[in-house]
Amino acid sequence: METNRILTLAKQALLTFTVSLILFAPISGLVLEGFGFRNELVRAVLLAALVAVGRVVLSVVGMTALGRKLAGSAARNGGGVIVMTGNEKSPVLILALLFAAGLALPFFADKYFLGIAILALIYCLLGLGLNIVVGLAGLLDLGFVAFYAVGAYLLALGYQYLGIGFWSALIIAPFLAGLCGMILAFPVLKMHGDYLAIVTLGFGEIIRLVLNNWLEFTGGPNGASVPPPTVLGLEFTRTAKQGGVPLHDYFGIAYSADYKFWFIYLVLFLVVCLVIYAVERLRVMPLGRMWEALREDEIACRSLGVNHVFTKLTAFMLGASTGGLAGVFFAVHQGFVNPTSFTFFESALILAIVVLGGLGSTVGVIAAALVLTILPELLRDFAEYRVLIFGVLMVAMMIWKPRGLVRVRRPAFFPSTAPRGDTAPLSVSPEVAR
Amino acid sequence: MDAYILVQQLFNGITLGTIYGLIAVGYTMVYGVIRMINFAHGDVYMVSAYIAAIALAVLTFFGVQSVPFALISVLVITCVITAVYGWAIERVAYRPLRGSTKLAPLISAIGISLMLQSYVQIAQGARDQGVPTLISGAFRFGDGVHFAQITYMQTVILFASLIAMGILTYVINYTRIGRECRAVQQNIRISAVLGVNTDRIISTVFVIGAATAAVGGVLVTFNYGSFNFFIGFVMGIKAFTAAVLGGIGSLPGAVLGGVLLGLTEALFAGYVSTDYKDVFAFALLIVLLFFRPYGLLGRPEIQKV
Repeated sequence: METNRILTLAKQALLTFTVSLILFAPISGLVLEGFGFRNELVRAVLLAALVAVGRVVLSVVGMTALGRKLAGSAARNGGGVIVMTGNEKSPVLILALLFAAGLALPFFADKYFLGIAILALIYCLLGLGLNIVVGLAGLLDLGFVAFYAVGAYLLALGYQYLGIGFWSALIIAPFLAGLCGMILAFPVLKMHGDYLAIVTLGFGEIIRLVLNNWLEFTGGPNGASVPPPTVLGLEFTRTAKQGGVPLHDYFGIAYSADYKFWFIYLVLFLVVCLVIYAVERLRVMPLGRMWEALREDEIACRSLGVNHVFTKLTAFMLGASTGGLAGVFFAVHQGFVNPTSFTFFESALILAIVVLGGLGSTVGVIAAALVLTILPELLRDFAEYRVLIFGVLMVAMMIWKPRGLVRVRRPAFFPSTAPRGDTAPLSVSPEVAR
Repeated sequence: MDAYILVQQLFNGITLGTIYGLIAVGYTMVYGVIRMINFAHGDVYMVSAYIAAIALAVLTFFGVQSVPFALISVLVITCVITAVYGWAIERVAYRPLRGSTKLAPLISAIGISLMLQSYVQIAQGARDQGVPTLISGAFRFGDGVHFAQITYMQTVILFASLIAMGILTYVINYTRIGRECRAVQQNIRISAVLGVNTDRIISTVFVIGAATAAVGGVLVTFNYGSFNFFIGFVMGIKAFTAAVLGGIGSLPGAVLGGVLLGLTEALFAGYVSTDYKDVFAFALLIVLLFFRPYGLLGRPEIQKV
C-alpha cells in the first residue's frame, strides 16, 4: 500500500518534471540575444524541478486531514452566504473609527506614502465600479479602463478646450462615463459571458487606440497636461496661474507642495466613502437584488418578469460612472495623462482586484485594492514579477474559491407582523439563499 | 497604377488572412467543444513565435545551413512544444474548473494570459526580438515603376497554411480522434455515455489548437522578422474576430473568416488609414457580434432550459 503510493507519487513527479522541462527549456533556458542565444538551461531545470516538487507536496498535503479539509472547502465553492439574523451588533463604531482614521491620515503621512494612499484609493474606486458590473451583475467587462480614460481625458481635454476645472470635471465625469457605458451596453445586452467579455475588450482597445492616434485632438502618445485643482478660487500652486489666489497667501501660511495632495486625498477619501455607501445601499435595494439574481440565472429572471435591459444597463452605467470618477482623480493626481496608462493590463489589474476581493463583496474589493497597490510598493525588488503573480493568483483563486475569500453576508427578511428577534429569518438555509 | 496597388493589397490580405485563419482554428475548436473562449490562445501564439526563433538560433548554432531543412525542423519543433503548452494550460487552468461558475474559466484564462506574457517578458526581456531573413526575393508583376509583388515567403505561407489545413481537415473528418472530436462537439454528455473519453478529447482539441497557432506563429515570425511579448494580444482579438466572422465552432468558417478579415483589413489599411486598422478590426468584431453573432457559416444557437 505504502510503496504503491510512493510509486504513484514518483510517477507523478517524473511526468510533471518532464512536461515542465519541455515548457521551460526553450523560453527560460535559451535566452535570445540577437540572432543567437544564451544558455541558461540550469535555470529551466531548476524551475521544472521546483514545479515537480510543488506538485508532489500538493499531493502529499492532499492526503493529510488538513489537506482534505481544505480540498473540501474548495469543492463546496466557497460555502454560500451567511444569512444575518437581525441581531448583529451594528458596526457603526468601527466604521466611524475607520472614517476618522482615514480623514486624519494625511496629517501623519509623508508625501511618498500619501501618493501611494491616493493611488490605492483610486483603485478602490475602480474596483468598486467594476465590482458592480462583474461581481454583482455578473457581466465580465474587460474594457473597464475605457471609462477610467474617459474621466481622465475629460479633465485634461476639457481644461484645454473648454476651460473645465477639477470640480466641474468631477461632476461631469460620472455622467459622461455613464453615457459611454450606456453606448457600450446597448450592443452587448443580448450577449452572454464570453462574447460580452471580448466585445468590451475590443471597446477598451478602440478608446485607447483613438486616444493614441488622434494627434490633433488628444495629443496622441505625448498625452495632455492636467490643471492642478482649485478650491473656491484658491490655488495650490506657489503663484496663482488660474486667476485665483494661492492658498498659502490667503491663509498666510508657508507654501508647501503637500497641500495639493492633502486636498486630493481628502476629496478622494470622501468620494470613496460616498460610493461605498451608495453601493451598500444599492445591494439591498430591489435593483441590487435584481443584479445578483441576473448573475445567477438570466433565463429564470426574465421569466419572472425582471427587466433585463434596465438591470444590465444600470449596472453598466453605474460601474462606468465610478470608473469615470476614478479617472478624474488619477488625472489630477498625475498632472498629466497619456494613453499608456489605459492599456489592457490596467483592466486586468482592476479585474484582479475584483476577483481576489471575492466577486461581489465590497469589503473584499477594498481590501484587495489596498493590498494590490500597497504590496508592490513595499516589494519594489519583485516589481517585474507583479503581473506574473497576479496571473497565478487569478487562476489559483478560480480553482480554490471561485466565490471569493470573503463570505457574502446578506440581511434576512422578517415577516412584518412577527416580533423581531425571536423568529427565524425567512431564508431557510444558506444553500437556498445562494 | 491603382490596379497594382489593389492587387498588392489583395495579396497581402490573403497571406495575412490565412494566418488569422490558422490561429482562429484554435478558438473555434475549443469553443465548439467546451463552449468557452480560450483567452490565452493569442499568448500561446506569442510563445510559439519565441520558440520558433529559439529553435532557429539553436539549429544555426549546430551549423544547419539548408534553408528548407531549417524551416521544416523549426516548424515541427515549434508545433510540438507549443502543443505541450496547450495541453498544460488546459490541464492546469481549465480542467479543475469544469462545473464551476460561469465566469470562473474566463477569469482563469485571463490569468493564464497574464502569466504567459509576464513569464516571457521576464525570461526573454521586454525588447523586440528578431529572426534573420531566411527567404528573400519575390515574384513581380508589372513594369519597373508600378508593380505588385508576392514575396517567396508569402508563397511559403500560403502553401504551408494550405498543407496544415489539409492535414487538419483529414484528421477531423477521417480519423477516429476526429470522429470523437465531432461527437463531443455535438453533445458532450451523450458522447461520454457512448464511451468517448471526453477529457482526453478536450485535451486533444487544445493540443490541435495550439499546434495550428504554432504554424501561424512560425510563419508570421519568418515573414515579419520581429516580435515581442505583447503580439499575442492584438493577434488574439483579430483571430477571434475571424472565428466569429466565419461562425464560431465551424472549421471552414474559421479559414473563410480569416481570409475575409485579412482582405478587408488590408484594403482598409491601403485606402483609408493604417493608424486605424486595428480600430477597424475591433469595430468590425463589435458590429458583427451585434448583428450576426453566429457568423457566416454558423447556425444560431438555441438556448434550452
